[in-house]
Amino acid sequence: MAQTLKPGSGPLDYGNRTWLKILFAAIFFALYAPIFTLIAFSFNTDKRGVVWRGFTFDNYVKAWNNADLQEAMLNSLSIAFISTIIATILGSMVALVLWRFRFPMKAAYEGVMSLPIVIPEICMGVSLLLFFTNAGMMAWSVNFVWPFNLINIIIAHVAFCFPFVAIVVRSRLVGFNRQLEEASKDLGASEWQTFWNVIVPFMMPGLIAGALLAFTLSLDDFVITYFTSGPETVTFPVKVYSLVRRGVSPEINAASTALIVITVVATIIAMKLQAPDKSGKG
Amino acid sequence: MDSWKVNPRVFWTLFTPGTFWLLLFFLIPLGWLFHDSFSDKISITETQFTGTLANYIRAFDAVYLTIIWKSVWISAVATALCLLTAYPIAFGICFAPAKWKPLLLLLVILPFWINLLIRTYALIAVFRTQGYLNLVLGWVGLGPYDMLYNDGAVIIGLVYVYMPFMVLPLYATIERLDRSFLEASLDLGGSQVQTFFKVTLPLTMPGIVTGIILVFIPCLGSFLTPAMLGGANAIMIGNVIEDQFKAANDWPFGSALSFLLMYVTFGALALRAFLASRSKGVDV
Repeated sequence: MAQTLKPGSGPLDYGNRTWLKILFAAIFFALYAPIFTLIAFSFNTDKRGVVWRGFTFDNYVKAWNNADLQEAMLNSLSIAFISTIIATILGSMVALVLWRFRFPMKAAYEGVMSLPIVIPEICMGVSLLLFFTNAGMMAWSVNFVWPFNLINIIIAHVAFCFPFVAIVVRSRLVGFNRQLEEASKDLGASEWQTFWNVIVPFMMPGLIAGALLAFTLSLDDFVITYFTSGPETVTFPVKVYSLVRRGVSPEINAASTALIVITVVATIIAMKLQAPDKSGKG
Repeated sequence: MDSWKVNPRVFWTLFTPGTFWLLLFFLIPLGWLFHDSFSDKISITETQFTGTLANYIRAFDAVYLTIIWKSVWISAVATALCLLTAYPIAFGICFAPAKWKPLLLLLVILPFWINLLIRTYALIAVFRTQGYLNLVLGWVGLGPYDMLYNDGAVIIGLVYVYMPFMVLPLYATIERLDRSFLEASLDLGGSQVQTFFKVTLPLTMPGIVTGIILVFIPCLGSFLTPAMLGGANAIMIGNVIEDQFKAANDWPFGSALSFLLMYVTFGALALRAFLASRSKGVDV
């Protein structure tokens, strides 16, 4: 038993086991290989897209000049942009209420607030379809000028995004030192001045992280958009869905790659901001 | 924390907008859906509330029961496969050098942020008959095989899409696991395998249960994955719901099916709450 162990080969150093490393590599390969092939083949000259024939940017030019895709992308980005703003405001208000106040039935309120996160997306999608149709908003919004004809989708996106924002912002607020607020009021600042000059600057990383989260959620959503969009409005995921049913094309690869880049960049920024960080508590 | 009565004006200003939105655009639509699930269809566009249970009873027709049963087992198999692949990943991340952990976690979560549709599309390109996998198999003289448009493809698609949901709760519990328990077990003569099954696994059970629920619920309600990867006979309950609201145009029946899905979801969440409260004593 007097065998000496090399560093890293102790009984609990599972991180150094070869079998675990191989398994790890295999699973990560399976996770990323499809995405990387998709990106790689967006630069392929071959129309069918299986065999590599040569490097080109043509697919991007074609996707960019495709009027349908352009409209879908513009719609998706506008919806994401507008719903992010509304969802961030609503979400941070909810976060502030839950952080600052005790009130009757608070636990139940929190439970209901997290319902949009937990119930199956399709249930939320069909319930909104039913609601908008019966309230006449489905037929009514068609006549609006852009971007107001997207109002149903925006309302739906805000409804499923803002509880997420509330969670992110609230977890940031937990680290706030309330003595700062008291100090500010002692020094003669009003409720509003304290909020604007003390609490909001502290919330900022949480606000940005929450906003980016809402933005990606909205940009990625297919199911709820599919049910709440009228026959005339197309968003990017809905457009890709109809294209994919007709087959695989490098143009879809190019457009998808663009969307992947947008979401990945947004996510990485959000995560950097959310990390339990160096920015000092209060 | 203040009582709301300390500053009712601020309280109501902050409380009202979000609550209003949730009430009007989430709770009322769900209530309407619930109401409609007890209605009769009286014409192409109109339904009338009659308090009937016919829509729910119809869901237990052999046709729909088969689909419900199939959705349950496809989701169960997908969840089990997620657990099998996610556990080693979560375990490996926990025991990786500290400086690697954030990067590895990011790598697991990142695909989750990429559009569901794009990821499914990427899978189609890999698995279709003229796809990359068949191309590689062709080099060793195999295939081509038709791998898409069947139940297996749906299961693979669900695992691919929902695996990150499983890794995160597992990571959270394994990370909190007190390693001296493992050392104690090994010191007392337990083998690595025994230690894993008798110590590690029971202690990480809360994470496993959470992960199972987090994966099983979206799998059961999935509609995009079976629609894209499944064949004509691979439809799941989500596709039936979609059909009722689009082509088949029987909204009351679609509402009833949606609510059955919601009941299962609530049941799963209640089960999780129950297990969490019971395991409080031994939770690490």
